Amino acid sequence: MNIRRLVIHTLVACLLASTPVFAVEPGEMLDDPVLEGRARDISAGLRCLVCQNQSIDDSNAQLAIDLRVLVRERLVMGDSNDQVVDYVVSRYGDFVLLSPPVKASTYVLWFGPVLIVMFGIFVVATVFRRRNISPIAAGDSSSDPTSGPRALSEEEKKRLADLLDDSDRNRKTGEIT
Amino acid sequence: MTQDSSRLTPEAGRQKPPRRLIFVLPVAIFAILAVYFAVGLTKDPSKLESVLINMPVADFQLLAIKGRANPDRTWGLESADFNGTVSLLNVFGSWCIACQVEHPFLMHVKKISDVPVHGIDWREEDPDAGPNWLKRYGDPYTLIGDDPNSKGAISFGVTGAPETFVVDKQGVIRYKHIGPLDQTVWDDVIYPLVVELRKQ
Repeated sequence: MNIRRLVIHTLVACLLASTPVFAVEPGEMLDDPVLEGRARDISAGLRCLVCQNQSIDDSNAQLAIDLRVLVRERLVMGDSNDQVVDYVVSRYGDFVLLSPPVKASTYVLWFGPVLIVMFGIFVVATVFRRRNISPIAAGDSSSDPTSGPRALSEEEKKRLADLLDDSDRNRKTGEIT
Repeated sequence: MTQDSSRLTPEAGRQKPPRRLIFVLPVAIFAILAVYFAVGLTKDPSKLESVLINMPVADFQLLAIKGRANPDRTWGLESADFNGTVSLLNVFGSWCIACQVEHPFLMHVKKISDVPVHGIDWREEDPDAGPNWLKRYGDPYTLIGDDPNSKGAISFGVTGAPETFVVDKQGVIRYKHIGPLDQTVWDDVIYPLVVELRKQ
């Protein structure tokens, strides 16, 4: 019992004490915590061109390390965040941005899904509106479409009875007409 | 009796046009997506279109590698070296296997052509590694810059080695080839482009 408790406490302590692991090495970091924070923000949005689905902040690829250092050098030289990002984009294109910019060539990417959902809602709405009008009621303009099918007329009742009668007789004799 | 059954659904005909659309539309959308993915998913994502085509070579200065220092020059390779003549720039490293595959062809180019081929020796961890590699396999380069921290590579938007650029007389990047150069690429693209650019 005591050992179990000790194990659980140790595990919880380990979990609490652990911090996320970053690829950024201590030697790369800037002394100024504000600049370092900006560098981390910028790096998190820049794609590592070697691994492609990681940001340079997460990647251990050599090129990612060099890009991180470059970002920091430019910040120290007094560049704004946008200027640093623009510089990297000027070398590698929009592909280097993990979040694509909104511009004419990416309208389909950004707004396409919204349009498709709207189109889907339109189609579903149209289909349901059509279904609400039941075929029988639609033929009879005098009745309210929401009140359901109208009652059978005398003639129809008689035909229904005949049909039921017929099928009963067929089942008994096993004959098909 | 059966011929009368149609009487029970007198409005069946009215729904025909939208019904057809419901069947045709998904097929049409599927066809469009299938073509889109057939093209998009078979592309090699590591072969990025360079945004630097038709842009002047960015300002950069790299020191010479060991054993290639020239007392008349401050730098081994710098952006100004690309002005005045059509030239090639090849990014390589002694750690790069594909560069080793490409290397004999660059030696061949040196023999068959008078186009200057400049080199960026990219990210050698040991400053002797590049020079030793060239000593062993031959040195096809006119000028070489040592690029231990990717400054030169980044100014050319390089993502991997080897990459080769064709630069015109005005120092404007005109073509980028990703991967090893070979006779086919040379005959089909590089050499015709060099001839064309020399006329300008």
